[in-house]
Amino acid sequence: MSGACAIIGIGQTRHAAKRADVSMPGLVREAAKRALEDAGLEWKDIDAVVIGKAPDMFEGVVQPELFLAGALGAVGKPMFRVHTAGSVGGSTAIVASHLVSSGVHRRVLTVAYEKQSESNAMWALSQRFPFRPPIAAGAGGYFAPIIRAYMARTNAPDHIGVQVAVKDRLNALDNPYAHLKLPNITAEQVAASPMLWDPIRYLEACPSSDGACALVLSADEADCKNPAWVHATAMRSEPMLFAGRDEVSPRAGADCAKQVYADAGITPDQLDVAEIYVPFSWYEPMWLENLGLAESGWRAVDAGETQRDGRLPINPSGGVLSSNPIGASGMLRFAEAALQVRGAAGDHQIDGARLALGHAYGGGSQFFSMWIVGSERP
Amino acid sequence: MRPIHIAGFAQLDQVLRDTERDEAEMVQQVTAAALADAGLGRKDVGFTCSGSNDYVMGRAFSFTMAIDGLAAWPPIRESHVEMDGAWALYEAWVRLQHGDVDIALVYSFGKSSLGGVAESLTYSLDPYFLAPLEPGPDVLASLQARRMLDAGLATEADFARAVAQAKAAAAINGQVPDPLDHRVGTSHLPLRAEDGPVRTDGAACVVLRAGGGGPRISGIAHRIDPHQPGARDLATCPSAVLAAEAAGVDIARLDVAEFHAPYSSQVVLLSRVLGLSERTTVNPSGGALAADTPMVAGLVRIGEAAQAIRSGRARHALGHASSGPCLQHNLICALEAE
Repeated sequence: MSGACAIIGIGQTRHAAKRADVSMPGLVREAAKRALEDAGLEWKDIDAVVIGKAPDMFEGVVQPELFLAGALGAVGKPMFRVHTAGSVGGSTAIVASHLVSSGVHRRVLTVAYEKQSESNAMWALSQRFPFRPPIAAGAGGYFAPIIRAYMARTNAPDHIGVQVAVKDRLNALDNPYAHLKLPNITAEQVAASPMLWDPIRYLEACPSSDGACALVLSADEADCKNPAWVHATAMRSEPMLFAGRDEVSPRAGADCAKQVYADAGITPDQLDVAEIYVPFSWYEPMWLENLGLAESGWRAVDAGETQRDGRLPINPSGGVLSSNPIGASGMLRFAEAALQVRGAAGDHQIDGARLALGHAYGGGSQFFSMWIVGSERP
Repeated sequence: MRPIHIAGFAQLDQVLRDTERDEAEMVQQVTAAALADAGLGRKDVGFTCSGSNDYVMGRAFSFTMAIDGLAAWPPIRESHVEMDGAWALYEAWVRLQHGDVDIALVYSFGKSSLGGVAESLTYSLDPYFLAPLEPGPDVLASLQARRMLDAGLATEADFARAVAQAKAAAAINGQVPDPLDHRVGTSHLPLRAEDGPVRTDGAACVVLRAGGGGPRISGIAHRIDPHQPGARDLATCPSAVLAAEAAGVDIARLDVAEFHAPYSSQVVLLSRVLGLSERTTVNPSGGALAADTPMVAGLVRIGEAAQAIRSGRARHALGHASSGPCLQHNLICALEAE
């Protein structure tokens, strides 16, 4: 990468099943204003706005950058819209960072959001088309067979998914913005919750949330009082219908991880914390392996290595399992990674975090976006 | 900025109804043609970026299957915008500035024949205050045309002249429908049905390369205006003027301008606000009046501007893309001969 890029402002909304108190412009503005205040900047200081969200059908608004231009202070400026399926929140942050690192703009505001209560994401995810395999019953229906394949391949015991579900919900109790707050959650309760898509139980699945996340990125030295520095970014995609691919551990994910570690000049064991995209609990052990963070993902989970006091804390914010405004879920991972290396994660701060990974994926486990952020200038 | 060139361009024939190809087939064919035009292969590509619209294609995640037409194995560096392919080209141009990749593949696809492009564009309006009124793109464009007439900035004869020019250009452009037989739709005066776009199916692809010759991107920029039609004087287009300034367009030396202006009145408006002179030939391809393939027409304008330079018809050209009601969002790509 050519120039430096720092994350100087981070904001997110309170996430909830239904944010009936705000419109869509109100929702994105809430996150953007917090990011600007965090950066100590005003709307006029921003050179360009990049937004991202998952399919337009989730809210029923086509190309929403058009009607959101005013709410995000973009009038007279460049306004850009990214859409890379579930990985979009991460991709959007990367596209915005490239506007800074390329030298095209000095300061960029980027916002990702979803207001799932405006429409029905399950419907948008479950459409059938002629001559295409059905993505039946939403994302859970699509990913459940892949999880079963992982369990069969690795002989993973059934309780691993339950452990992740409990860990992330307890982590969320220390995140003031998290959607789900389940203070009394237990392994027994998760195991007894209804089976939705075998092996995914109700309490092992992410919620549907309304929410937004915003970042202010800058190349300006004077802005950088307590920044997180972008050390590397990477994106990879692979085809959906290709017999040679392994959906359990997609090559696009593994290649993307290798690239981002190499570009950051680190090995994965140097990471202090990772925020990874885990919409269903089993995806934590699966991604640990795909990302090269553990040889056996489920054994690492079983040994408590991904707890906040473990070898590599995963999703101290509570992750996607606790807040899932789909289009924003990836950016929340990227933002939480940045909060950690700034030492600004509050009650879910991992002490001394200096290098963190943000990860997002989407489509049929085929689109990946990642960044590594650090407390030191690269 | 690092000099980036248009190394290759291809478009599928923009037709009224393509019943033979799905997204993956369109993408496979158009990307293969553009790479052949550039004398490059798929393995040479370092970054891929595309544009498409789920509502146009009738389903969520419509772009995910299109990747299957790219032979994306081993996995590729790739991104997507839910916008016209011209903005995908912008993202690719930014990506190439970093110096670690030299060649980018940019494509977009869209099908009007699947039905409901006008309805889809209506769903892009403010969902709380504007979309429920269902004004539609034709009605909003006619509102803009009326404002231009009332302000004395244009006459109906100017609109008619733009239509006649588009028809004459379309007649000699083998990649757009025959201009005589398919102007359908309702007139919303002062615009008549023929003042609007011919909605088509198609795909386009541009290969960008750092160095290596071909038309050079001397500047590229985009800007957005307020959304509500009442929030600006519709007889102006500040975002197009700002984008042209930021792209460093030298109007006095401009030989060809390819505007993605779906209505004749908007061709007139853009020519006027950018201060074009007699020197500049506007829309030699016929423009969006001749063929307006959703998410493709803007990228085609950049490709056609590049072709004007490659053929020697122009030394300086611009390709323009637009989005939103009444030209709300505008991108300008300035090109010059090597």
